[in-house]
Amino acid sequence: MSNYIDKSLSIANPNPHNLGLTERLAILVGLLGLTIAGLHAGGYSFFSTGTTFTVSFSLMGLGILWYTIQYYGSKQAGIKNDGVWFSSLASRGVIGWILGIVITGFYVLLYWHPEILGMGKDGGANGGIISLFDPLSEIFHGKPASQWFMYGTMYTFAIFFFGIKFIYKYRHNKYQIIRTLSVMFFQLFLAYLIPEILSGLNGGFDGKWFDMDLKNQWPLDYDFAQKWHIDNMLSAGTIGWFFFIWSLLLVFVVSPFLTYKYGKRWYCSWVCGCGGLAETAGDPWRHLSDKSMTAWKIERWMIHAVLLFSFVMTIAVIYSYLGDGAQYSLTRNGFTIIMIILLLILAAAYAFLQKKNKDGNQNKIYLASGSAILIAVLLGINWAFGSGNAYFLGGETFKGVYGFYIGALFSGVIGVGFYPLMGSRVWCRFGCPMAAILGLQQKLFSKFRITTNGGQCISCGNCSTYCEMGIDVRSYAQKGQNIVRASCVGCGICSAVCPRGVLRLENGSEDIFSKTDDYKTIHISDEGVKIDLLA
Amino acid sequence: MHIAIIGNGISGITTARWVRKLSNHKITVISSETEHFFSRTALMYIYMGHMRFKETKPYEDYFWEKNRIDLVYNHVDDIDFKGKSLTMKSGPAIKYDKLVLALGSATNKFGWPGQDLNKVAGLYSYDDVENMEKHTPGLQRAVIVGGGLIGIEMAEMFRSRDIPVTMLVRESSYWNNVLPEEESAMISRHIKSHHIDLRLAEELESIEDDGQGNACAVKMKNSGERMECGYVGLTAGVHPNVRWLKETELNVERGIVVDNHLETNIKDVYAVGDCAQLATPKPGRRNIEAIWYAGRMMGETAAYNICEKPIEYDPGVWFNSAKFLDIEYQVYGEVPGKLPEHLTTIYWEHPDGEKAIRINYHSDSKKVAGFNLMGIRFRHEVCEKWIKDGTSLKVVLENLNLANFDPEFYDTYEEMIRKSFAQQSGIQYQVKSKRLMDRVTAFLKG
Ligand SMILES: Cc1cc2nc3c(=O)[nH]c(=O)nc-3n(C[C@H](O)[C@H](O)[C@H](O)COP(=O)(O)OP(=O)(O)OC[C@H]3O[C@@H](n4cnc5c(N)ncnc54)[C@H](O)[C@@H]3O)c2cc1C
Ligand code: SF4
Ligand code: SF4
Repeated sequence: MSNYIDKSLSIANPNPHNLGLTERLAILVGLLGLTIAGLHAGGYSFFSTGTTFTVSFSLMGLGILWYTIQYYGSKQAGIKNDGVWFSSLASRGVIGWILGIVITGFYVLLYWHPEILGMGKDGGANGGIISLFDPLSEIFHGKPASQWFMYGTMYTFAIFFFGIKFIYKYRHNKYQIIRTLSVMFFQLFLAYLIPEILSGLNGGFDGKWFDMDLKNQWPLDYDFAQKWHIDNMLSAGTIGWFFFIWSLLLVFVVSPFLTYKYGKRWYCSWVCGCGGLAETAGDPWRHLSDKSMTAWKIERWMIHAVLLFSFVMTIAVIYSYLGDGAQYSLTRNGFTIIMIILLLILAAAYAFLQKKNKDGNQNKIYLASGSAILIAVLLGINWAFGSGNAYFLGGETFKGVYGFYIGALFSGVIGVGFYPLMGSRVWCRFGCPMAAILGLQQKLFSKFRITTNGGQCISCGNCSTYCEMGIDVRSYAQKGQNIVRASCVGCGICSAVCPRGVLRLENGSEDIFSKTDDYKTIHISDEGVKIDLLA
Repeated sequence: MHIAIIGNGISGITTARWVRKLSNHKITVISSETEHFFSRTALMYIYMGHMRFKETKPYEDYFWEKNRIDLVYNHVDDIDFKGKSLTMKSGPAIKYDKLVLALGSATNKFGWPGQDLNKVAGLYSYDDVENMEKHTPGLQRAVIVGGGLIGIEMAEMFRSRDIPVTMLVRESSYWNNVLPEEESAMISRHIKSHHIDLRLAEELESIEDDGQGNACAVKMKNSGERMECGYVGLTAGVHPNVRWLKETELNVERGIVVDNHLETNIKDVYAVGDCAQLATPKPGRRNIEAIWYAGRMMGETAAYNICEKPIEYDPGVWFNSAKFLDIEYQVYGEVPGKLPEHLTTIYWEHPDGEKAIRINYHSDSKKVAGFNLMGIRFRHEVCEKWIKDGTSLKVVLENLNLANFDPEFYDTYEEMIRKSFAQQSGIQYQVKSKRLMDRVTAFLKG
């Protein structure tokens, strides 16, 4: 057996249909828009900044739309994965690597050296690429752009236009169309327009910014419990209080309820901005996620470690500012007691649900309850010694480390920069504490599962290949077993690409704690035939 | 005890996995095709760039050692049934206590002149795909001989690279020996809409040699037309890969003859999958069913028998599926190409001509017998239960939504279907169940 040559590295793409002349022209139009923006950043502007902005972004949008119509429109509706593994861009060829490095570099500058992107120093005028966004920012806020305004605008632009591309690609699949419209809507309105307009209308709350994205929630929004953030919220009157209470409701009530009903997909692939970018702009790289058992093991340790970290960090942060004067009605003592009780309740609930689930696991109970109790005990000891800092380190130390490694490096630089190298959901899979919480809920008490259609699976592997979360869907499907995985974001792509109609995302309450039962597996005999995940 | 299995396809591998679950026997799986098990049904996707070879392997490479299944990448040249020993192409012979033959199929060739030239091949093995790949650069046209499931896959493969394809199909409409008339017509239309030059009622006369041992053109039998081409795909079916065993004491007809326990005429020798021929198949079933699912079920059955837990092979209600370019197809139960006397059929087709539901039922008792689905997914377990239980057509129609397995938000065409089926069957009915998971669970468990 000779080995199939790695075609993503070859110059002559064996899939000529991939890029016809018109498709190339469309790409050129998009690149022209990008070049105009780039020239502006380099100081070469042919028009006013406003016009340059409009022209360059219109060209980029136009390029994407034209390419979409040309490329997918010339084919019948259906699965469009021809040549994916031959493409240099999509399969870690030279172009893929270059793009990965460019995006990664951009994120590094964005987080740590915005001045290189043209961010004005100490209130000075913007230059470079950031200045391109000044006119738009003036409209919203009456002041020049910040690097975050630029980032938000680009992000929304990407989700919107690549969302259209995605919809056209999956135009035969209503689930994909509606889901994508949803992420486009949430990004455009809830994450972008409404907060920008609200803060513009309220004069930016005298510089006391707080997060007005209705769908952003702790712990993904790790700044939520920061002193300045809480203070800014509570000083902003009714609207601030509204957001404060809504945020708590979201975490403790709305989110568990929706996850119970529909699985974590309601957030991760229907609402969330990180998920939104992954599903739209990140779609060409979804197959690059690692499907190995080793990757799954790393994933489980890593994502739960981040969850634990974010929990500890939040407790430490709140604890450290609660002592400062009588400003808050909650005292350190009160907070400590509440937290210890909360942790114990969580541990007990977890153990209870694991036990209730047919495929529950004793070791997991020890591990999770152990961690919760450890955090509680440490908190108690710390309090007994009367330290001003939770966990003896300052909240700021935790926050600093978390913000740098998790908030910036992981979710931004690696999360998006590595799209072309490790697939579009690296952050969602390995790092997101929100995904970890929703995942636990999904696994333990949700109606959601992916049903396998009897014995119809032919083990082809399309589902596993195109699962962006790196779930080896086939390993369940070929045994006739339903797929119940904490990490599944319910994107529905496995079901879409399956050539035999084997997979269906569904919600059912009859069998919440026995979703992986094999009562419907098509087997030759009933005699002792059981499925074992690892066998 | 040492169980040797020749063939690492779905049937051989399933046997090995189940023997491992049921026992501690030493297991050796031998194959000369690829070192590791891959999904044959996914071969097309390698060429089309949907997957690499790696992705078509259902188990990671560590799996075999972990489960103590020894893999031998070698060819078995001869079997000494008396001495219970396998003569290998290279290296020492392998001794066994029990032997499983899971040899698979080979491409049919009907003695066409030129059938053994270069650039002429079937689509069965990994090598066949490599061969297609090798001859693809500069390919101006491919001719595919035979229109079955593999023929249309090969056509789709070439079309994915924009290579013009001509398909010669002996029947008057695509695959109408298996598909009923309307479905066959639908797929024939669909094939043409994908710019495949479909020649119905046409056969291969001969393949022309370019003087260097390569195929360069075909001649057609009925029109007499000569067509230049750089590749000829032979997809007129497969046969059990057993020629080398015909002269042995093993009972071989078209395939290796096995009893209901999948044992051959020689004790301790079993045959499974494409190469096995059932001595007494279930009523209405063929004695060789060269499909993935049969191989999988046989593997499991053989393992039980090998491990001294005798059970008979029972493939249950017939089911199969395929995808014709963009149209998915599923079948459950009895839906033959030509409607037999005892059955009546009702058929609904969506106006877009790419979705259809057919239900067959017994003319006298009105019990459902089979379902054919085009472009619509149906639930295997529900259809099977209806057929097994001999559910009446009326009940099935009322609850048809229970079977619907299309993704959420997909239209169920409820009213359209109701009108059409009520009119055809003369049964007036109201739709009772919605497409709800809980209803399905209750139905299946109840
Ligand atoms: C392109 C294609 C698409 C298909 N699609 C479908 C589908 O969608 N649905 C479906 O139900 N079926 C499908 N089939 C049929 C299905 O793949 C086969 O029925 C199934 O793979 C047969 O499995 P098997 O284990 O019996 O044999 P095989 O998979 O053929 O395995 C036999 C193995 O034994 C090896 N071998 C044979 N003799 C020797 C020897 N002497 N020494 C060493 N090794 C030996 C062979 O090299 C081969 O690797 C498809 C087949 C093809 C070719
Ligand atoms: S298992 Fe399917 S639905 Fe879940 S994340 Fe993977 S591809 Fe998406
Ligand atoms: S579930 Fe579908 S896509 Fe996945 S391996 Fe089975 S047949 Fe292939």
